[in-house]
Amino acid sequence: MQPSPNAPIFRSIAERAVLVEFGTVLEHAAHDAVLRLDQALAAQPFPGFRESIPAFVNLLVEFDALTTDHSTAIAHLSGLLTAKTTARPQPTQREVLICYDADLAPDLIAVAQQTGLSPEAVIDAHLSGDYAVFMYGFAPGYAYLGGVPEAIRLDRKPAPLRNIPAGSVIIAGAQCLVTTLLMPTGWWIIGRSPTAILTHDPARPFLFDVGDKVRFRRISRAEYEAAQ
Amino acid sequence: MTEATLRITFAGPHVSIQDAGRPGLMRYGVPASGPMDRQSFALANAALGNPANHPGIEISLGGLSLHCLTGDVTLALVGGGFIAETKARKLGAWNVLTLRAGETLTIRPGPWGGWSYLAVAGKLQAKAWLGSHATHGSSGFGGGKLTTGQTLTITDPEIHPDREGPVPCPVWARPRHLLRCTLGPQERFFDAETLTTFTSARFETTDAFDRMGLRLRGPALIPAAALSIPSEPILRGSVQVSGDGTATVLLSDHQTTGGYPKIATILADDLDAFVQCRPRDAVMFQAITPAEAIAITRQNATRFATFEDRLRGRQMP
Repeated sequence: MQPSPNAPIFRSIAERAVLVEFGTVLEHAAHDAVLRLDQALAAQPFPGFRESIPAFVNLLVEFDALTTDHSTAIAHLSGLLTAKTTARPQPTQREVLICYDADLAPDLIAVAQQTGLSPEAVIDAHLSGDYAVFMYGFAPGYAYLGGVPEAIRLDRKPAPLRNIPAGSVIIAGAQCLVTTLLMPTGWWIIGRSPTAILTHDPARPFLFDVGDKVRFRRISRAEYEAAQ
Repeated sequence: MTEATLRITFAGPHVSIQDAGRPGLMRYGVPASGPMDRQSFALANAALGNPANHPGIEISLGGLSLHCLTGDVTLALVGGGFIAETKARKLGAWNVLTLRAGETLTIRPGPWGGWSYLAVAGKLQAKAWLGSHATHGSSGFGGGKLTTGQTLTITDPEIHPDREGPVPCPVWARPRHLLRCTLGPQERFFDAETLTTFTSARFETTDAFDRMGLRLRGPALIPAAALSIPSEPILRGSVQVSGDGTATVLLSDHQTTGGYPKIATILADDLDAFVQCRPRDAVMFQAITPAEAIAITRQNATRFATFEDRLRGRQMP
């Protein structure tokens, strides 16, 4: 049986979670269904609900085994799915600043060479992307943005590089990410951003919510330094 | 306000400040972190009458030495068969003791166990991140890793002579080698033969571990289907299998999403006792149903609450 946005598969996990699977390959209808259910659940949680984790095609729902169980959680989630009342509200638009200066963009030339574009054309393509936050993963604040234009989609590098600075803007395939910590990456580093995704602001510790729209705005080196 | 100050004269790797954890933020890529063995950590606090979420110190097989510069403070060392030594005395873990100014306490691995917890009667001063003192290993956010030379401050230290002495070590806090799990959520990537191997073969823990995960040695669990799943959310206790068939158990600081299939997920309670295994211990997996997993967890919770309450009130049998 294949899951679909209208008929997801519920997978019970250990003593404390249900994975709601809307698809097996990354496609928009499945991801939209994830976001709709996540939103409906936030508005109408069930007793014992702990947290939900949206990803590309599935939503993990964790609960307290002392209060509830898998079948109760599944019944509640099924009810939310059939209610059909939850059209997604307009997503919030966010802006991320980016500087493409050569020393902040060590892979820009390589991306240009591999795509047959000029470095400026790579930059234009990157800026033209209409990005959305699909999910967080890998490390705190690592938000996976979908929407990299076809012209600059590349497979990741054969081996990761270590100690890539926070704020690096990296791409691989259809995905783009602004790093938040000194971490290894096998993605292509095409710029650096002073916009913190991990804000350390207690009122809003993470800049994006899953589902937000993102546009990049090019800044000069002087503006980058000033924004640091 | 009084203070006790403790200078760290030695700290092994993976020694850090922890509290009960930082739940609710996995959607932002932040795992709950917190103690590797949550039950022993909670008992360490209970032994001093502390709230369960009180910040304490997680000690790895690397060990820890503390020199008390000023102040006297009562401490509980609970979890694993560790050894606590001062010039004057040598105790096992599962003890409450008072450290006096001028004394040095050395904690090192003993006959069994992988992690021990030092709870303090007083307020251990540590940084918080997103409302929790738990240390997230790879970023260092939260209370932080402890390093040699650092000084810890405990404000309002208390002395509890009435609580000093041994704490009983329940059998369920000892290393667990039979790990109850539910299969999945990505068991469909493995054929029936591989799933049978998983639940019938012996695996061995290795020294390839940190707070994110522990690699197992055993028969290869080669996925039958191509590994092209979009990244999926991950729970602590997931048994993740890489393309070459190597299984890794994901622990406190696990990544919140990943593209490798998870063949099974270990019960939270069994995971606490699993981390008390030493490298090269044999472990086996027992598949149970989600309903059985809930029933076991509820029974365990009642048993744990009774023990913890008695320990907090110090009316041990």
